[in-house]
Amino acid sequence: MTSLDARVGLELLRGMWRIRVFEERVGELTRANEVHGLIHLSIGQEAVAVGVCGQLRVDDVVYSNHRAHGHAIAKGAPLVGVMAELMGRDGGLCHGLGGSMHLVDVEHGLFGATGVVGGNVPLALGSALASRLLGGDSVAVVFFGDGAVQSGIFVESVNLATLWRLPVILVCENNGFAEFTPRSAHTNVERVSDVVAPYGLERETVDGNDIGAVRSVFGRFLEVARGGEGPLLLECLTHRLRGHYEGDPERYREALAAEEWQELDPILRLQRLLGVDGAELEREARDEVERAVELARESPFPSPELTAGLVYAP
Amino acid sequence: MSETTYLEAITTTLAESMRADPRVLVLGEDVAEGGPWGATAGLVEEFGAERVRNTPISEAAICGVAIGAAQSGLVPVVEIMFIDFLTLALDQLVNQAAKAHFMSGGQLRVPLVLRTQGGAGQRGGAQHSQSLEAWLTHVPGLKVAMPSTAADAAGLLVAAIADPNPVVLVENKTLYFRREAIPDDHEPVALGSARVVRPGRDATVVALSRLVHESLAAAEELAAEGIEVEVIDPRTLVPLDLETIVESVARTHRLVVAHEAVRMGGFGAELAAEVQAAAFDELDAPVGRVAAPFAPIPFSPPLEDAYLPDRHDVVAAVHALLAR
Repeated sequence: MTSLDARVGLELLRGMWRIRVFEERVGELTRANEVHGLIHLSIGQEAVAVGVCGQLRVDDVVYSNHRAHGHAIAKGAPLVGVMAELMGRDGGLCHGLGGSMHLVDVEHGLFGATGVVGGNVPLALGSALASRLLGGDSVAVVFFGDGAVQSGIFVESVNLATLWRLPVILVCENNGFAEFTPRSAHTNVERVSDVVAPYGLERETVDGNDIGAVRSVFGRFLEVARGGEGPLLLECLTHRLRGHYEGDPERYREALAAEEWQELDPILRLQRLLGVDGAELEREARDEVERAVELARESPFPSPELTAGLVYAP
Repeated sequence: MSETTYLEAITTTLAESMRADPRVLVLGEDVAEGGPWGATAGLVEEFGAERVRNTPISEAAICGVAIGAAQSGLVPVVEIMFIDFLTLALDQLVNQAAKAHFMSGGQLRVPLVLRTQGGAGQRGGAQHSQSLEAWLTHVPGLKVAMPSTAADAAGLLVAAIADPNPVVLVENKTLYFRREAIPDDHEPVALGSARVVRPGRDATVVALSRLVHESLAAAEELAAEGIEVEVIDPRTLVPLDLETIVESVARTHRLVVAHEAVRMGGFGAELAAEVQAAAFDELDAPVGRVAAPFAPIPFSPPLEDAYLPDRHDVVAAVHALLAR
C-alpha cells in the first residue's frame, strides 16, 4: 500500500465512501424499481475514479463507459443530479434522457459515458486535439474496461493518439472480466499495458485498489499531458464486487470470501493505512446520499415534449 | 458568376470556411494530398498540417476524433472517401454523434460535417459504388444532404458547417467534373429547402443527386411529346421540404420518385408514403418509382450500365403514370 499524506488520504476516503454508499443505494433502488434500466455498479473500483478525477481541473474533459457513476461523482457531478438521472427524472443531469449509461455533466467536465464498449475512446482524442488547437492546456481522460481493448476502435485510437502525440490519458480499469467472461478467454495478452507496448507510449500497470498508487502514477502522467504531450496509458488492476449489471446471477465466477474481499477492498485498505475506522465518513455519505434520493424523488418526470424537442440542437 | 466544377466548388468553399473560422479543420484519408479527386487540394499549403489532417485508414477513429473535437469547440469537416466505407464508422456516427445532444439533455453539441460520396458508373464494383443515404435518414439526430449541382454543393456545405448538428453530405462521384456557372458568393442553402429545378404541369419527378440530371434530360424528351414534367430536387433528405413536393403534386396530380439506390427500403419509399399521406386525394395514379434493382452493383461495364437507373427509366415511369 502506497503511503499518503493523512489529510489527502481522508479526502480520498471521503470520495470513495460517497461513491460506495451511493452505488449501494442505487442497487437497492434498482431492486425497488425506483431506478430504471441497465445498471452497472463499480463497487470495488472506487479507488480508480477517485484517484484519477480528484487531480483533474474542472475544464479537463472526462469520457466514461457504461460503469460511469463513480467517474461522474468523482469528477464533481452532484449526487442528486446523478440519482435523478437514474430515476429518469427531469432534475437529472440529462433531464432523464440519458440514463445510467449516458451520464453527461458538461459543467463539471464530464463529456459523456457510453453504452457501446470502446465507443468513447476516440472522442477523448478529439477533445485533446481541440485543447491543443484552441491553445488550451486542458487534458482529456477516458475510462474503459479491459473488455474494450479487444475492440477495433481501441487499436485505431491508440495508433492515432500516438501518431498525433495527443495529450490524452487512457485509463483502463482492468477488473479481469469482460461482461461474463474472464479476460483469459478473450485474449492471450494478460496486461493491457502490453497490448499497447509497440506504439511506444508511456504506460504503467498499477494495483488499482491501492489509491495511493493510482494517484501517484496518474499525477505523474497528468503533468506530462498538461505539458501538451501524450498519450499515456494507466492500467489499474481492480475487482468489481458486483455482477456485470444489477441482477446478474454471476454463474461465471465464484464470489470472493469475505476475508479475501477485506484484503482487496480499496476503502478498507486506505482505512488501515490511515489508522481510521471510517464510520463517521460512511455516516456522512449515507446522509448526503439519502438527501439526494429524497430530492430526486421530488423531481417530476420530464415533459414528453422533450423527446421531440432535443433531437436537434437549435 | 464564374464557371466551376462541383469539385472546385467544394474545395473553394472549404478554403473560404477555413479562412473565415479558425475552428474549422479538415480530416480524412489523404486529405493533405488532396484526396483521390482533389476535393481538398491546396488546403494543407494554405492552412497547414494541424488543420488539414491526414489520417490512417481508420474510419471509425476518424469519426470519433471528429465528434470529440466538435464537442470540445472545433468544427471538423471529415472526409470518408467512399460512402461504402462509412459502414466502418456507423457506430460513431449513429450511436455517438447523432445522439449526444439528445442523451445529454441538450448539453452537448456536435457541429460535425461528414463529406462522403457515392454512386456507380465508374466500374468501381459493388464496394465502391453504393448509394446508402437511406440508412442515414433513419437515424434521428443526423441531417443528410445530397447536392446535385456545384452551386448546391457549395451552398449546402456552407450551411452544414454553420449547423450545430452532425450533417452528412453525400456527394456523387460522377458529378464531380460537371461544369456550371455559379455565383461567386457562396450563400448558404438552407437545410430543408427543396429546389424546383424545372417547372411543369403534367407530372412531378422528385429526384436525388445524379438522377436530377437524368430527370431533366427525361423532361426534355417528354416536352417534345408535349408532356411537361416538374422536376424537384429536395437537396436535403433530413430535414425534408415536403411542402414544396406536396404543393407540386397538388398541381400535377402525378408523382415519380427517382434515385440510384436500390428500390427496397430506398428513400423513394419514404417520399411516396409521405406524399400519399399528405395528398392522397390529389393523386391520379400510384406513385411511380425509379430505382436500382435489388442487387449489388455489377462490375462488368454492360451490366453496370444496364443496372443503373437513367433518363429512359424516368421517361418510362412518367408514361406509365399518364397511361392510367
